Amino acid sequence: MAWDRNQMAARAAEELEDGMYVNLGIGIPTLVANYVGDKDITLQSENGMLGMGPFPFEGEEDPDLINAGKQTITELNRTAYFDSATSFGMIRGGKIAAAILGAMEVAENGDLANWMIPGKLVKGMGGAMDLVAGVGRVIVLMDHANKHGDSKVLRECTLPLTGKAVVDRIITNLGVLDVVEGGLRIVECADGVTEAELRAATQATIV
Amino acid sequence: MKKVYGSAAEALEGVLADGMLIAAGGFGLCGIPELLLQAIKENGAKNLTFASNNAGVDDFGIGILLHTKQVKKMISSYVGENAEFMRQYLSGELELEFNPQGTLAERMRAGGCGIPGFYTKTGVGTVIAEGKEVKEFNGEEYILEKGLFADLSIVKAWKADETGNLVFRKTARNFNPPAAMCGKVCIAEVEEIVPKGSLDPDGIHLPGIYVHRLIQGTHEKRIEQRTTRKREEA
Repeated sequence: MAWDRNQMAARAAEELEDGMYVNLGIGIPTLVANYVGDKDITLQSENGMLGMGPFPFEGEEDPDLINAGKQTITELNRTAYFDSATSFGMIRGGKIAAAILGAMEVAENGDLANWMIPGKLVKGMGGAMDLVAGVGRVIVLMDHANKHGDSKVLRECTLPLTGKAVVDRIITNLGVLDVVEGGLRIVECADGVTEAELRAATQATIV
Repeated sequence: MKKVYGSAAEALEGVLADGMLIAAGGFGLCGIPELLLQAIKENGAKNLTFASNNAGVDDFGIGILLHTKQVKKMISSYVGENAEFMRQYLSGELELEFNPQGTLAERMRAGGCGIPGFYTKTGVGTVIAEGKEVKEFNGEEYILEKGLFADLSIVKAWKADETGNLVFRKTARNFNPPAAMCGKVCIAEVEEIVPKGSLDPDGIHLPGIYVHRLIQGTHEKRIEQRTTRKREEA
């Protein structure tokens, strides 16, 4: 047993506190928005928007209103628009409290790799390097293992880095781990997962 | 000084030349200067370098200039939506310089503000830092990135007045203001040019000092990822 995608997103949503400005990455992190409940959370879209709303109703799509994944979205009664230099100014300047991002690999020292696989199609880092360098807290939300069953939580990353020592917390289908001095510390195990199972599934040092 | 031109082709006359570095606004297909890109294609200028966050898709945006082999190099943060781009890049026909998105935006802004370089945390310890000066401030490492000074800027806005003051709409603003600022000459295409005095001076997003030439036209405004929700979910 372990958490499914929605349970992972719900667990990640617990990280968010009232009043936070937050950036959600593409994939499972996008689902986090469904679980913030009554908390007053403002979502940033790094192309240049604070106060991102849900997808539009069919027929109400606006080509001038998209998120960082290029999907059509809507605005809210708190929305503000700005240019991309201002947008990354607030990211680099530490004004965004947290980013919840997917990853290919995370290392025990907080290194993050999520933008390229050498020899495969290179698409680019987009805003990921700016986000992990600048936001207050970087939370990785991903499956614990890759599709071959190998741990994505490693002693050292093998892929080109997005950021060095940038990750604060890792949330996977198996549990929650914090990056601390000397390795990772288990914060909690997913439903039905034992600490022994979580340790066995993790290549990184657990302290 | 007259800024308003009759067409994109006219606005490019005497400005566009082979080998130029062109800064283009837009994010994905949102807020791209689609009329000017089409006119650059028809003009046939070659060996162009584009600083633009993305490279369009195969048949829209900068993508149309890849098919005609007019682009020598792209300075971008993400090029994943374009198959022809990948083909030309992998075969060595096209140069590519990846810049993190915020670094690209700041390079444009800095260039427009007369700042030749700035230090940033973005990319420290990654391939982006290779060959760049590293400097420590308050115990943290930063890398030196250079301001971008373009020969020509092409941008898209929602409205302009005859003096070039621009107003953008929603997230179509994106890279357009910084791209406009960093060019020696900036051409803006807009959906509507209104008479002087009809825009609220407090609501101008980019002052006309940055805009040298202006055209009005009809925009396709293609949607890249149409995502919707069902009414009953509301």
